Amino acid sequence: MSSFSVTDTSSRTKWIAGSLVIFYALVTMIPLIWIGVTGFKSPADAISYPPKVVFDPTLEGYVNLFTTRTRQTQEFLENNPPQNWADEIVRQYDMVIVGPSKFGERFLNSVIIGFGSTFLSVFLGTLAAYAFSRFKIPLADDLLFFILSTRMMPPIAVAIPIFLMYRNLGLSDTHLGMILLYTAVNISLAVWLLKGFIDEIPREYEEAALIDGYTRFQAFYKVVLPQAATGIASTAIFCLIFAWNEYAFAVLLTSATAQTAPPFIPTIIGIGGLDWPAVAAGATLFLLPVMIFTILLRKHLLRGITFGAVRK
Amino acid sequence: MAEVRLDNISKSFGDTVGVADMSFKIADGEFVVLLGPTGAGKTTTLRLIAGLESADRGDIEIGGVLVNTLTPAQRNVAMVFQQYSLYPHLTVRENLAFPLRSPILKTPEQEIERKVQEVADVLHIPHKLDNKATELSGGEMQRVSIGRALVRNPAIFLMDEPLSSLDAKLRADLRIELKRLQAEMNKTLLYVTHDQIEAMTMASQIGVLDEGRLVQFGTPREIYQNPNSTYVAARLGQPRINLLPTGLFGESGPAAASQIGLRPENIEVGRGAEAQIVRVEHLGDQTRLHLKLSDHDIITLIDAQASYSEGETIQITAVDPLFFDATGARIS
Repeated sequence: MSSFSVTDTSSRTKWIAGSLVIFYALVTMIPLIWIGVTGFKSPADAISYPPKVVFDPTLEGYVNLFTTRTRQTQEFLENNPPQNWADEIVRQYDMVIVGPSKFGERFLNSVIIGFGSTFLSVFLGTLAAYAFSRFKIPLADDLLFFILSTRMMPPIAVAIPIFLMYRNLGLSDTHLGMILLYTAVNISLAVWLLKGFIDEIPREYEEAALIDGYTRFQAFYKVVLPQAATGIASTAIFCLIFAWNEYAFAVLLTSATAQTAPPFIPTIIGIGGLDWPAVAAGATLFLLPVMIFTILLRKHLLRGITFGAVRK
Repeated sequence: MAEVRLDNISKSFGDTVGVADMSFKIADGEFVVLLGPTGAGKTTTLRLIAGLESADRGDIEIGGVLVNTLTPAQRNVAMVFQQYSLYPHLTVRENLAFPLRSPILKTPEQEIERKVQEVADVLHIPHKLDNKATELSGGEMQRVSIGRALVRNPAIFLMDEPLSSLDAKLRADLRIELKRLQAEMNKTLLYVTHDQIEAMTMASQIGVLDEGRLVQFGTPREIYQNPNSTYVAARLGQPRINLLPTGLFGESGPAAASQIGLRPENIEVGRGAEAQIVRVEHLGDQTRLHLKLSDHDIITLIDAQASYSEGETIQITAVDPLFFDATGARIS
């Protein structure tokens, strides 16, 4: 073993590398932890200086996030005792809960649009990638370059034409419109990533299936898809992360019906002063689905992130 | 099982000729081996019959039916590939059942169960049925992929160098097993290889291919004893046939002959032209002598017990040489 070996590292090197990784992980996680913690603070604790590390946890932020409240007279409050624990929390500000907030609805919109466009991107991307990988397509290289070129400028650069187009087509502020838009942005990534994965699956498997009595589509479905699972999973994660976090188009194109969570969360600030705990609670909940999705598929992601370069 | 006919089949890939004007017939129950070096068109021929490629010209008939436009599934053929032979995401059992579950066969589950078990027994792999395909050794994998062909009752079995990626011992074992299976079940088989031992031991007919053309078709013995060109003569026989200019031994051949082909066993030691021993190879059951005769290398076989040493001079004579003209074609 030479002292310059790439693969065999000394224990000291390992120790330094390990500490660096842990240090980096902590640094990147501090904002996330801060957001998570702030969600359980009272508004006063949330803005106190110096920042409070030890505090009395409260669900105020979450209650405010999910409800609309109104201030009431002392007389009303005395005659109507609190109906539940959430009501009790808002009473300390002489308020009562009058109904749910829009957060649940916006969150659901995010789920529908995020997962809908992810599914559509991956579905279309897989079919296109398979065709590019297996069939002789005239001008295939040019088509692939064209598909990639849709990514060569920031999508927001075409915001105005899309805004006008969507208004004329009646797609503004609709779930379908947002799903189509995010799919259009994601599909180039999906095609390119998936083509790499499918290229690596030997054709012999499909040919064997064709001879074993299956049609081309059945061979694709029964033999290629299961083996492309890794690539499909990692592509899905990338697509979901983009669609889930997208802000600019969501602000521009959605308002009352199809608004997603990203443009909604900042608006919480405006309701009854600077309600940082409610914003933090919203952000925390917003992070969860992508986090869970990624954790579920992380084994695939780790292999997939090498872009299929490593053979089994 | 059925007869398979190829009639003037041609296929090119761009400027490369894959197969050129190939015609031959595989009779029911025959074991035909296509022999040739890499690039001779062996695999392309198999793929054309399987329907994985379509021919530029010519007709293919399976069981009397013209199959030119049929899909691989409709042709009812089974194929064993050189490698990547098993579906890696399925177990051995699922791999074996895969062709039976196809929309064309739609076998009832009970029947599948029975057939899979039967094939597993024949191939000595019943204890591996529930393993993942990727957990098998190379020999087991190839056995399963032969099994996947055997579960069906196809018109013909196509095998593309199925043993080439295995080690020597396994190859020898599976070779015998395969021949036994074919003979017992009376299956029609087209087998592609570049290994002359496989061709000689298993084939009932051998087709020798050269650059996409079928240059000779016949029984192994015919091809060995009666090659129609130096190319075919050099494909069979270990050590290879000696190709020499005429006149070295003072033999009398046809006027047009410019080369003679002399198999190592057709050289008689003890009389004739003088040759130098360059090297002696003792293989146990036989001894090979590498000789030099007026600047030509010659290999001959002698009795394993005989003792010769390098540098010695011996006399050799050609017995029944084969005559070839300047282009390499046989003159009889």
